Amino acid sequence: MKLKLIYIFVTLSVLGLLFALANTLKISDYEVTGNKSVKVQDTNEDYTKIMDVLTHQRCVNCHPSDHIPKQGDESHPHYFDVARGEDDHGFEATSCNTCHQSENNLNSGVPGAPHWALAPASMAWEGLTRAEIAERLLDKSTNGNRSHEELVKHMTEDDLVLWAWEPGVDAAGEQRALPPVSKDDFKIAIENWFANGAVVPSK
Amino acid sequence: MKISFTVNGESMTVDIADENTPLLWVIRDTLNLKGTKFGCGKAACGACTLHVDDEAVRSCSYAVKFAEGKNITTIEGLGERENPHPVQQAWIEEIVPQCGYCQPGFMMATAALLNKVPTPTDEDIDKNIINVCRCGTYYRMRKAIHKAAELHAHRVMNESKEL
Repeated sequence: MKLKLIYIFVTLSVLGLLFALANTLKISDYEVTGNKSVKVQDTNEDYTKIMDVLTHQRCVNCHPSDHIPKQGDESHPHYFDVARGEDDHGFEATSCNTCHQSENNLNSGVPGAPHWALAPASMAWEGLTRAEIAERLLDKSTNGNRSHEELVKHMTEDDLVLWAWEPGVDAAGEQRALPPVSKDDFKIAIENWFANGAVVPSK
Repeated sequence: MKISFTVNGESMTVDIADENTPLLWVIRDTLNLKGTKFGCGKAACGACTLHVDDEAVRSCSYAVKFAEGKNITTIEGLGERENPHPVQQAWIEEIVPQCGYCQPGFMMATAALLNKVPTPTDEDIDKNIINVCRCGTYYRMRKAIHKAAELHAHRVMNESKEL
């Protein structure tokens, strides 16, 4: 009987120890990049957060695959046959800036931000899978020749990118939908994901 | 706050309580230039189109603070009664307006187009002249835009001969 109790105690102790080890981060789970300590194990989570944002209509509406900007939370084609034009700013005399200024207009509901324009055609994301978007994002031939460092800066500092979290109201005065991840969490996810090599999980 | 700009060649300063007041309000109500019209208030119809530094702008959706230091042209400054702008002359010759309410916006949009594309094709017109006319004068406007391009070309040619 005594031997049985000892046996049970030892078995439970070993199981408990194994469980505790499985849930404890190892030193190898972290790598040091510059002065930052970056969590490696959550790279898939970072990727998911990033793609939750990049596939949201606040981003995709201006990354069209058919050269036609989209509008609204239901992403309808931009009214009045507005299209990309030769320089991503619309047409000669009716350009983006005919209506869109450097900040949201809360009277008319016309959105605005500095350098308002469509993303270049090489950065078309509309209709792509998450992995395909990631590939385009990382490929210098389609991302505006940006390095990882430049992408991090662009995606965490650019006023037009960050407009997604301050989209203002629409023509009916209704608040436009925000991306499903907060701006701060998105920035952290971007920094972590690139610091960990910008791995696309499907690969 | 005080905002200074030029309207139809005349320098002026306005004192506006709210810097986000639409430029259209200032043009119509403060400066009493009634040619520029309010249509939809959402930068959709184009009745409020005027020029800011020679670019077509929907003034109902343009905060007056952005006009600081800019050159603004309204329909009143596009030409003179004795010497109309080619666009205005063409509009008269083609008898374009019906009710007329939206026409100043169309003429300003057309003048901006001719500055960029002196001889526009129908496709150029389709892309750039996207204002709205409830009377449906689009057919006559298209003719007038082509006529304006001709008048403009003749005027440029005559001016170069005089030189």
